[in-house]
Amino acid sequence: MGLWLCTGRFGYYSGMGNIVSILREKQFDAIIVGGGGAGLRASLELSSSGYHVAVVSKVFPTRSHTVAAQGGINAALGNVEGEDDWRWHMYDTTLGSDFLGDQDAIEYMCKHAPDTVLELEKMGMPFSRDENGKIYQRAFGGQTRHYGKEFSVHRTCAASDRTGHAMLHTLYQQNIRAKTQFLTEWYAIDLVKSESGKVCGVIAIEMKTGDLYFLNAKVTVLATGGAGKIFKSTTNAYTCTGDGLGMVYRAGLPLQDMEMWQFHPTGIANVGVLISEGARGEGGYLTNSEGERFMQRYAPQYKDLACRDVVSRCSAIEIREGRGCGPNKDYVLLNISHLGEEIILKRLPGITDLARTFAGVDPLKEPIPVVPTCHYMMGGIPTNPQAQVIDVQKGKDQVVPGLYAAGECASVSVHGANRLGANSLLDIVVFGRAAGKHIKGLLDNGYEQETVDQGALNRSMSRYQRWMDNKAGPSYSELRLRLQNLMQKDFGVFRTKEAMQEGLDGLIAIRHEMQNATISDHSKAFNTALIEALELDNMIEVAYATALGALHREESRGAHSRIDFPNRDDKHWHAHLITYTDGRVAKRAVNMKPHEMDPIKLKERDK
Amino acid sequence: MQVTIYRYNPDFDQKPTYKMYDVDTSKVHGIMLLDVLEYIKANLDDSLAFRRSCGGGVCGSDGININGKNSLACITPFKELPEKVTLRPLPGMPIIRDLIVNLDQFYTQYNSVKPYLQTHSNPEKEHIQSIEQRDKLDGLYECILCACCSSSCPSFWWNPDKFVGPAGLLAAARFILDSRDEEKESRLKDLDDLYRLYRCRSIMNCTTVCPKGLNPNAAISKIRDEMIKSKTTCTEPHHEHD
Ligand SMILES: Cc1cc2nc3c(=O)[nH]c(=O)nc-3n(C[C@H](O)[C@H](O)[C@H](O)COP(=O)(O)OP(=O)(O)OC[C@H]3O[C@@H](n4cnc5c(N)ncnc54)[C@H](O)[C@@H]3O)c2cc1C
Ligand code: SF4
Ligand code: SF4
Ligand code: FES
Repeated sequence: MGLWLCTGRFGYYSGMGNIVSILREKQFDAIIVGGGGAGLRASLELSSSGYHVAVVSKVFPTRSHTVAAQGGINAALGNVEGEDDWRWHMYDTTLGSDFLGDQDAIEYMCKHAPDTVLELEKMGMPFSRDENGKIYQRAFGGQTRHYGKEFSVHRTCAASDRTGHAMLHTLYQQNIRAKTQFLTEWYAIDLVKSESGKVCGVIAIEMKTGDLYFLNAKVTVLATGGAGKIFKSTTNAYTCTGDGLGMVYRAGLPLQDMEMWQFHPTGIANVGVLISEGARGEGGYLTNSEGERFMQRYAPQYKDLACRDVVSRCSAIEIREGRGCGPNKDYVLLNISHLGEEIILKRLPGITDLARTFAGVDPLKEPIPVVPTCHYMMGGIPTNPQAQVIDVQKGKDQVVPGLYAAGECASVSVHGANRLGANSLLDIVVFGRAAGKHIKGLLDNGYEQETVDQGALNRSMSRYQRWMDNKAGPSYSELRLRLQNLMQKDFGVFRTKEAMQEGLDGLIAIRHEMQNATISDHSKAFNTALIEALELDNMIEVAYATALGALHREESRGAHSRIDFPNRDDKHWHAHLITYTDGRVAKRAVNMKPHEMDPIKLKERDK
Repeated sequence: MQVTIYRYNPDFDQKPTYKMYDVDTSKVHGIMLLDVLEYIKANLDDSLAFRRSCGGGVCGSDGININGKNSLACITPFKELPEKVTLRPLPGMPIIRDLIVNLDQFYTQYNSVKPYLQTHSNPEKEHIQSIEQRDKLDGLYECILCACCSSSCPSFWWNPDKFVGPAGLLAAARFILDSRDEEKESRLKDLDDLYRLYRCRSIMNCTTVCPKGLNPNAAISKIRDEMIKSKTTCTEPHHEHD
């Protein structure tokens, strides 16, 4: 283990035998870790304010996973029906969350959805258009009007089926205009905390050179996105490894509702590439081996546009009961060919390409083989609606000074136990903006930095040092594969105590072996093995948090379905679950106090 | 499958080498060339460096030169490649390590066209744009900045600091043709330069390689048309300094 010495204004040096690693230092008012939709929306709010702000991103910003979002972003604009209301959107989101979403946060998001989306349009986002020249809106799952009384509303604003691409490029372009400073292809390793517990920035590595930096910042925003890569089969990018969550866990802070993973009903079978819910929004439907439109049977009102957790479970049941398609009867079919070439090529060109490339089928003529596939992390770093990170002490929420989180890595929580399609792109811009605004207010009032001692820096460096020092032991890639297979097997759509306990034991073993795991490349310049190894540390923490929460929650709610506890149990489990890296688990109350409307009362979800 | 890959690590290599990997493709999880690279990295040699993110052809990370042609590894099925494959970094760009190139110049040119909407009006709700007006952006806005085009363009190789290049010009066209933008004239004026726009010799490499099926060459023609229409073309061309 190296010793990290302070050398005054030139930074910090490490003496390790005759190897000397230099820890350089840069100072900022705020750093934003993540250049996806959440990070770029936050930075935009701040870069025009005159503060010294930088966006740190392990990939060039437009390569962030937001770029892959297809279907759209929800906002009650009412461009199609003529009338829509953010309260109805709130109702749908709350029911969709199976009542695990915080109603103050959901209210904030739905209420600000229209102006946030219109703002994106004004920034230049190339939305598709309707006959009146307004933003095109399509139908998506779980959406109603008049509090569940009218079905199939068109609330999802779309740029063809490339909404995430259109959004991310627009936000990046606006950041060019605002002259935001980017530390592109820099990898954040760990948070640095002062003695009093204030977060004072991160340790990061400049990938091109391999140089290490202490990015000293008064405020740190985590916008590091999802972590779907902990599963073998996922629609997520290689980069979705839960880095922000690992950082928070290691800093002794909690993660919330990590048992809640969304399995998307229409991932292309055997490849994990997504076919957007927009396909069903435009009129596509699922069939089983008997050619039956089975969703009509399970959900007579919502049909194929029922919530994702519901549709995924139904597909899984169809497959389990022998009505799956193909030689192994292990997938169902998504039909869109009846929509006709014109609609398909206009509204769904991206997924047409994907189906041709990855499934080898032409959706103009044939159905697409699909299976429920890991897609989205509803849980994450607990925050309040200002995006401030929360710790819970003696049963009370405490704001963690200097730390914010927004986007998929955060659990604010608007998605609760199940996210509605097209609510995540909304979440990331609404709360990215909220974070930016709140930080600006904080800095305007003269927010001061605290001094960081050598011990804190050493702790944040220790992980890097471990990977560089370990010379004999299992390879990181072998352990990663074991982790992904384990999660896939024991924490999928249906869960049982036995499987999950076995899974948790396996995870603890992997976690243990990780201490000796190795990379064989110890060079400095663009060492992607090192980056993947550091990512794996985070994936294991995310998986561990998932396992803790999933075993603990003895009910079925939203995406968490337990065969041994098939019903929702509000009496015992209408609560968030927070877990810590040392294995502690606790409940945290769900917010039921929206400011401008009556709370939406607990009830069974409609079908 | 025999995959020969360009290797260079600035930490210790004086000059680049090629390394051959024998891959049993039945062990590869997936059907794309990127899956082969992932297999090599996980099982044969973790020091191989390449970029990737989405794995689905939308993020533009993994543009590389595959048997002489630029493309994205993640949407190139390895079954459609010959038994022997040679992979090189994108040509004409400074190399950082292995298949990873420095794209700073490429991004600088992109930034130079002011790739953001410029308007002075502030409608109460959204800008109204007809379906036909919006259709004009199709084929322009979908660019993923993979640099496959610019790194196959001879004009960009010779003048990366002065010629905007196909990707940058495609972005320029995307804003020039956006009915909402109010800086069309200044955009055209900025490009009316022997290097920035007119270095394009219509060699068409860009359009041939674009993995997203976009046509930068056609976009460049559209910019030229707009220039003629707006009559901002200089009557006195600048002198060439090559
Ligand atoms: C295929 C697909 C389709 C989707 N479609 C839709 C849709 O239609 N509608 C919808 O609402 N939602 C959709 N979603 C969900 C939505 O796209 C994501 O939840 C959302 O984009 C996440 O945005 P983000 O800004 O939080 O994170 P990301 O966009 O993932 O960005 C994370 C950022 O953090 C950076 N980062 C991470 N770790 C580090 C580190 N250690 N150091 C430095 N930087 C780091 C990355 O470089 C990146 O810039 C879809 C998701 C998928 C997978
Ligand atoms: S058409 Fe123009 S931009 Fe395209 S490759 Fe040729 S010279 Fe380059
Ligand atoms: S135009 Fe095509 S080849 Fe060029 S950067 Fe864009 S997507 Fe890549
Ligand atoms: S990995 Fe994203 S385009 Fe290939």
